[in-house]
Amino acid sequence: MRKLDLSVQFAGIEMKNPVTTASGTFSARDSGQFYDIGRLGAVVTKGVASEPWAGNPTPRIGETYGGMLNAVGLQNPGADAFIADELAYLKQFSTPVIANVAGRTAEEYCLAVEKLSETDVAMLEINISCPNVKEGGIGFGTDPRMAAEITRAVKSVSKKPILVKLTPNVTDITEIAKAVEAEGADGISLINTLLGMKIDVQRKKPVLANIMGGFSGPAIKPVAVRMVYQVRRAVQIPIMGLGGIMTGEDAAEFIMAGADVISVGTAALVNPTAPVDILEELEAYMEEQGFKTIADIRQAFQG
Amino acid sequence: MKKIICGKVACNEAIARDIYKMQIQSPELGQAKPGQFVNLYLADKSMLLPRPISICDIEEGCMTLVYKVVGKGTKALSAYKEQDDIRVSTPLGNGYFIEGEELEHHTCDYRGKKVALVGGGIGVPPMVLLAKRLQEQGAEVTAVVGFPEEAFLIQELKGFCQSVHIATDRGTIGFHGNVLELIQEKEILAQEYFACGPKVMLRALSQWCQQQQLSCQVSLEERMGCGYGACVGCTCKIKVVTEAGVEIQQKGVCKHGPVFFGEEVAWDA
Repeated sequence: MRKLDLSVQFAGIEMKNPVTTASGTFSARDSGQFYDIGRLGAVVTKGVASEPWAGNPTPRIGETYGGMLNAVGLQNPGADAFIADELAYLKQFSTPVIANVAGRTAEEYCLAVEKLSETDVAMLEINISCPNVKEGGIGFGTDPRMAAEITRAVKSVSKKPILVKLTPNVTDITEIAKAVEAEGADGISLINTLLGMKIDVQRKKPVLANIMGGFSGPAIKPVAVRMVYQVRRAVQIPIMGLGGIMTGEDAAEFIMAGADVISVGTAALVNPTAPVDILEELEAYMEEQGFKTIADIRQAFQG
Repeated sequence: MKKIICGKVACNEAIARDIYKMQIQSPELGQAKPGQFVNLYLADKSMLLPRPISICDIEEGCMTLVYKVVGKGTKALSAYKEQDDIRVSTPLGNGYFIEGEELEHHTCDYRGKKVALVGGGIGVPPMVLLAKRLQEQGAEVTAVVGFPEEAFLIQELKGFCQSVHIATDRGTIGFHGNVLELIQEKEILAQEYFACGPKVMLRALSQWCQQQQLSCQVSLEERMGCGYGACVGCTCKIKVVTEAGVEIQQKGVCKHGPVFFGEEVAWDA
């Protein structure tokens, strides 16, 4: 019997399997205390800006039925500290690193992209979809013209492939996807969190200090699968699919919908070893179904 | 490597109103430092996030947790029965600085040292393991514990402390008032204070200790996501001395704490 081949080519990078982490839920030293990072196809690191960001006040975390809310607000140590610490630490693994980049203005995105372009990162993921940042963030991701503008700006300074991370908080996701593809994005990742809110009815107050936050977890998966499916039919560039993936079968579902690779986010907070567990479950699913490659999964879909 | 293990519930019983004691057995349980916590992963998957609970006591193969039922998650926890399986992390976070590396401003030599453990409400449980360890190290341990009206874990503390002082908000048991008022009224003086409890209590004690020029370690609480440092949900503001002077940095309660020195905490920032 031929062995499983989970390897994928993703926007110019070689990955031994399609399982990656989702930005904001992965920290090399902390996540690496639970599993061997080297087993993953790639890792997507936390959002990093050109300068340090303090993030939002606490409480930043809330739980909802089958999901969670966060309003971390992209707290990060800035690109220089990130390069000296997180990236330096990740060098010991053979896993490609995709650095997620945040900014408030096109200039800030470009500054961070320029700094990170000089490192060993395999790819940059441009976060134009964080619901917890007032300026920049989601503002860029909800307007096709602005999404295109940011993509054009970062493409002009980047020496690395660019993945643009889209927000689901729009009426027509395909418009945004087409706009970033037209400006040379090498790939798209979707979805980021949905904008959500929870009220503590005992205390009669919002659960999050920021009032609203990003809603993630298995409750959002159908929205994410639908958007991956729509975007797959609208653009040619590769897609990283994410949003509520908890199991290997969820990963297969995203691949059938049109994702080339998948990211595990909230599941890794629920279970620290989720990324490698999901990889093993995906392998088990492939064996059970008689699939030898990731392409076999996609081709089997009859939608 | 840290891991999530499957433990067996050995007991789970109410020891006071809304306060439960759960014992979990697993051959994979090792040791813990006082002040560390574990994540409990509920069987009901609709409640995604783990529940972080401080460690009350741990012996080879058996861990004792004392928790308060405050919401759906802890309510679900209280329904676990003897012999039920429960997923639990190995100990997380950093505990009280009582052993290991000597810090510039702090020594871990407790032989003959007078220490006071100050617990408020559900901040009392970690004081049991702390009292045990400090007593083993030769400290003279006093506990000062405060509750709304009903006390718990007093016998356990008496096993490791030379004296246990109780305060209740309503005066139902012991001193009528809060723990700091009790410390001041009874002049419960020690060379070092260790605390866990509501933020208002920790801040008052920490400020009083600073005035008295006494060392104080406090265990902070914040709403956590992952409990191991990945999500950066549970931050607190800590004063850090840098080349540029003292600056306030955001530290993860789960990762860098939950225990900090009182003077490090920027209480009002």
